[in-house]
Amino acid sequence: MTSATVTERSGRASPTPRPGARRPGADHGTWFLVLPALIPILVLSVGPLLYGIALSLTDAQFGRTRATRWTGTLNFQDLLHDTLFWESFRIGLLWAAGVTVPQFVLALGLALLLNQNLRLRWAARALAIVPWAMPEVVVGIMWRLVYHPDAGVLNETIRDLGLGDGRDWLSGLATALPAVIVVGIWSGLPQTTVVLLAGLQNTPQELHEAAALDGAGAWRRFRTVTWPALRPVALAVTALQLIWNFNSFALVYVLTSGGPGGRTRLPMLFAYEEAFRYGQFGYAAAMGCVMVAVISVMLSLYLVGRLRGGAPR
Amino acid sequence: MSMRTGRPARTGQYLALLAYLVFLAFPFLWLVSTAFKPPRELGSLHPSWIPDEPTLANFRQAFGEQPLLRAAGNSLLVALCAAAVAVLVATPAAYVAARHRGRLAKAATGWAVISQAFPFVLLIIPLFLILKNLRLVDTLTGLVLVYVVWSLPFALWMLIGYVRAVPSEIEEAAAVDGAGRVRTLVSVTAPLLAPGVAATATFAFVTAWNEFFFALVLLKTTEKQTLPVVLTRFLGAEGVADLGPLAAAAFLATIPSLVIFAVIQKRITGGMLAGAVKH
Repeated sequence: MTSATVTERSGRASPTPRPGARRPGADHGTWFLVLPALIPILVLSVGPLLYGIALSLTDAQFGRTRATRWTGTLNFQDLLHDTLFWESFRIGLLWAAGVTVPQFVLALGLALLLNQNLRLRWAARALAIVPWAMPEVVVGIMWRLVYHPDAGVLNETIRDLGLGDGRDWLSGLATALPAVIVVGIWSGLPQTTVVLLAGLQNTPQELHEAAALDGAGAWRRFRTVTWPALRPVALAVTALQLIWNFNSFALVYVLTSGGPGGRTRLPMLFAYEEAFRYGQFGYAAAMGCVMVAVISVMLSLYLVGRLRGGAPR
Repeated sequence: MSMRTGRPARTGQYLALLAYLVFLAFPFLWLVSTAFKPPRELGSLHPSWIPDEPTLANFRQAFGEQPLLRAAGNSLLVALCAAAVAVLVATPAAYVAARHRGRLAKAATGWAVISQAFPFVLLIIPLFLILKNLRLVDTLTGLVLVYVVWSLPFALWMLIGYVRAVPSEIEEAAAVDGAGRVRTLVSVTAPLLAPGVAATATFAFVTAWNEFFFALVLLKTTEKQTLPVVLTRFLGAEGVADLGPLAAAAFLATIPSLVIFAVIQKRITGGMLAGAVKH
């Protein structure tokens, strides 16, 4: 998904509109071309979003015969006192930050390495496809095999190294969330790396060489030349990853289903259960609204960051 | 890179790269290893990386226990339809948006960003109700519809980039040479745009093939479920003996996306596009 950023950026990179270019207004032909895309988006994307927000103000339930009534902000008042939801929200933020930040640091390291003239680069590039292309469900299953208390490679390695008997990582109260976070880092690493690598390859090479001639060390070159050029890309990719991670579902659903004792119950898992196990459509929609509010804050940070970072090259 | 690096630094770089390679590769290798292990080895307290007696029994059992083939067929059908419809619908719109810079392109890219931020739960409840009214819940058609809409903003975003990479001077030159509007589009623009359209379709395909959440909510009948949903039914209180078939099925489910990604990775990562725009 992240390639969108790259594509969009390179789209902007094209020359500014030529003064002589034809710019006909929106005639009938134009609308004919746009409508097939516009209608589905309006009917099945914009519409449902508004519908969802409306639902959060009702007592809608699944499979109920009684008519749905407006209840105003009742759902939100209930939500305010729902400690389970806020606990899940806290876990969601912990998870999102816990995945995004280390992932960014690791991805930056890998991108810097891949930007060097090293052998084996091809291997890293080839391997990076694996986490990217895999269905999330398969990623979850795969890591369950890694973490498996008996047949898992992690405990086997621990036993081989004489570090004890290992443990049941995914059902331990203390280890479940960290174990799940590692999987999150693994699965998003390639996307972030590819975006950062693209950013690195756009940094002006001459500046680098000039700085090296001036005797600037590697760290200084990174700080004064690489980072300023990379900053907008870094901000964009971090913000998007934060959002995606906060909204993620399948990975943790497969790994732990939110257990043990709710320790890995991300807000999406919570809302899913509320809606499709207990049928509380209105209440779950209210949860969705709260999540959107939080995400909007993140998104505005992202936009502000982009604006401040200057126009992308 | 013309930067000279000392020998110790080089060694450090190689060690770091090696660590990354191990981290990226080991879970997948373990999956493959588990898929070829007989139950006896899976149950042993010291599972090894390379199976002592590799077997295909897990694959046979995986196909026997769950309707994997049918699920893969469902996934294939849904992903192909979703990708085809998404591209058919998005390409004309992307063309217009890219050629008439202005509000339309901005709205498309803006929506692409905003739609990324939706928690799916806020989308799926109304969608579920709408599709229920249309009697499309628990049908593959309904799922295709959802996937098309879900991949549209992104497809638009990609395609707008690709259209902009085709210089409009080429079209103008063709027009000067007397080619009509349609003729220009068909014989000049379309061939140049084809690789981009293919990349977008492939991306929509992989997205749909991998998708889990909407399929989980919308498909209730076993016969209609897609591969990721069926795979999760292997889970639950699995004993050690069931790990083999689970690994085998998971391994097989990865192959299509993996092959596709290997083929189009370059294009997806936008390197080609950036080059095309710059020169």
